Amino acid sequence: MSDIPLDGTAPVTHEEHAHHPFLQHHFEDLGQQHEASTLGMWMFLSTEILFFGGVLCAYWVYRILYPEAWAIGAEQQNKLYGGLNTIVLIISSLTMALAVRNAQLGKRKGTVAMLFATLVFGSTFMAVKGIEYWQHYHEGLFPGVHFTWNEIPALAPKVQLFMVFYWGMTGLHALHMVIGAGLLIWMMTRAWRGHFGPEYYGPVEIMGLYWHFVDIVWIFLFPFLYLIHGVHHV
Amino acid sequence: MSSVTLQDVRFVEPEGTRNYITHDYGALSWLLTKDHKRIAILYLFSITALFMLGGFFAVVMRIELLTPEGDLLTSDTYNKFFTLHGIVMIFFFLIPSIPAVLGNFLLPLMLGAKDLAFPKINLLSWYLYMIAAVLGLYIIITGGVDTGWTFYTPFSTQYSNTHVFGVTFAAFIVGFSSILTGLNFLVTIHRMRAPGLTWFRLPLFVWAMYATSIVQLLATPVLAITLVMLMFERVVHVGIFDPALGGDPLLFQHMFWFYSHPAVYIMILPAMGVASEVVAAFTRKKIFGYAFVAYSSLAIAFLGFLVWAHHMFVAGISVYSAMIFSFLSYFVAVPSAIKVFNWTATLYRASVALMTPMLYILGFIGLFTIGGVTGLFLAAIGLDVHVTDTYFVVAHFHYIMVGGAVMAYMAGLHYWWPKITGRMYPEWWARLAALLIFAGFNLTFFPQFILGYLGMPRRYHAYAPEFQVLNVMSTAGASVLAVGYALPLVYLIWSLWYGRKAGPNPWGAVGLEWATSSPPPMENFHETPVVTWDAYDYPAMMKAMGDTQNV
Repeated sequence: MSDIPLDGTAPVTHEEHAHHPFLQHHFEDLGQQHEASTLGMWMFLSTEILFFGGVLCAYWVYRILYPEAWAIGAEQQNKLYGGLNTIVLIISSLTMALAVRNAQLGKRKGTVAMLFATLVFGSTFMAVKGIEYWQHYHEGLFPGVHFTWNEIPALAPKVQLFMVFYWGMTGLHALHMVIGAGLLIWMMTRAWRGHFGPEYYGPVEIMGLYWHFVDIVWIFLFPFLYLIHGVHHV
Repeated sequence: MSSVTLQDVRFVEPEGTRNYITHDYGALSWLLTKDHKRIAILYLFSITALFMLGGFFAVVMRIELLTPEGDLLTSDTYNKFFTLHGIVMIFFFLIPSIPAVLGNFLLPLMLGAKDLAFPKINLLSWYLYMIAAVLGLYIIITGGVDTGWTFYTPFSTQYSNTHVFGVTFAAFIVGFSSILTGLNFLVTIHRMRAPGLTWFRLPLFVWAMYATSIVQLLATPVLAITLVMLMFERVVHVGIFDPALGGDPLLFQHMFWFYSHPAVYIMILPAMGVASEVVAAFTRKKIFGYAFVAYSSLAIAFLGFLVWAHHMFVAGISVYSAMIFSFLSYFVAVPSAIKVFNWTATLYRASVALMTPMLYILGFIGLFTIGGVTGLFLAAIGLDVHVTDTYFVVAHFHYIMVGGAVMAYMAGLHYWWPKITGRMYPEWWARLAALLIFAGFNLTFFPQFILGYLGMPRRYHAYAPEFQVLNVMSTAGASVLAVGYALPLVYLIWSLWYGRKAGPNPWGAVGLEWATSSPPPMENFHETPVVTWDAYDYPAMMKAMGDTQNV
């Protein structure tokens, strides 16, 4: 520690990476910048867990109160579309992970291609979701004045409550997908310009964390909203 | 000397060097700034304006309550006034106050960093705050809202015909401002500390901000989603929280208080951080039990998440859950008392310099203790049933919010004013204002404890005639309080031009923020400091000064 000057100031160093074009001035080096950004995204995701956790908590309260209505509500869902979307989204997480790997290796075209593939799968998910929304709307399953489902009149308000959570939770998830698609396009343009390489790939990795999180949210939503049938026959 | 102490470290710039204020000129250089110190100033202006707005509502309410008859405001207008007073003061003043102004300004300085980890996100959080504030002002001008700041359903979703949607949307947006500030602080404290600045060398203000940020990060999103559900229910006319349609209004209260009780600690933890800094600086001592004070901040943040249903003892929760929440609520008193005892132990046999910040903090310790102990009254289920929705509750939380958080905010503002502006405030006037605020505060709110205990309900514009004497006392106190708050507004602005030049360290305090110029340069420190000393290293400084005198 003899190189620390006695006035308490840091030893003057000129590392090679000190002037990397994407090093922000308030960070000491790219390593610190990368760690800070990654930690920031993890913390953001922890707020997201609480955000979705709040509505999931409400969902569970009413699921316990009205198990029959919840089962009927789930039966209104198209399991084929939901299952297809689950597979599509899991594959998109794979391509996202491959995009991060390509960025780390400095493979420009590979990064762009994998980000594009992720965007295609994400858009496929949104398109299928759009078809489901369209069908639900025409089946009278949008809550409020448009809600006309009345097969079991006594349960209709509770089934409507299920559909509130269906639209609310899948809607919030879809909003996150749209934001994710925007981020993908941004990352694609940056990757195309050759911004990423072994020294600097943080933005792609952090974008990946976000994408995987949105994927995981769906992994919870799919069984909670599509696969809980059968309880009311007991 | 083999080891370096803080006294050997100086980053003071030569006279005439540009500081963060003189670095750039023009409105855009402020509105587009990414500098944490400038953003702190933007917040200072904004929250001061909103504080005056919230104060206006309070003053009009106190004038209304001079007489038992509801003669100044109709009951509907009075409903709007207490609602807006609460919303403005909580969401737009208290929650951002110490973190967004003092925390923003000081955290990088205390950590030896050039800025917060995410400067753009820091600016974004101010813009979110301003968007929410402008939306709030628009709503106030176009008719206001009357649900109380708690937005209880089903009144807020099915019955109120005021601007519930707009104001909950504003609260939703300002919540994200708070989340982003907390996120920024947490990452900064984890990743931006100067070399050698280990966790147990951090100033206790940083520990307090850390605990606060955890609460902001984890509690606020639950409020956000709760308000989204409320807005959805109101717009689409479904019954998430409406019992007529199968919903449960108690669920709203659970989810609302899951945020709003921890939010109390968002407001009081930073105040405790300020208290530690000021007590150390004006006693020239290490804070007694540093580690206990540091850990107690984390303990308060953690326990704060487990006590929310004590707001719902009379709302219809089961007796058993009420007992559990009552029991857990008592636990919060332990870390709070640890702090009070450690500050007191630091003060014990110290030669205390009774400068303005210290006066405020002495007031803070006493008033916070009264607020905390009456909080225990309310955590006792039997007594709570008796005083629920009375002025006893109003007095209790104002002792915490105003007597605690605002007093500490004023202490911090005065303590770091020379650092922020480079000028000293006028000490005599500042002491006068501190005493006026202390006296005015107690005269305003102590009678309300008695009023509440006697059974005067809150949230009514008229009351039984036998309560008038105590209400007149309370209103008289509010007038003193208003003068007390107006004085700093005048003399602090005055000091910008006529105040004595402060120099880098007018208090002779230790702490990295005092090692740089006042006002600090844009980059805070021209070289990254290397920390080899503990926080509050006053004994070493006194010893060093003694050595010099002996020479």
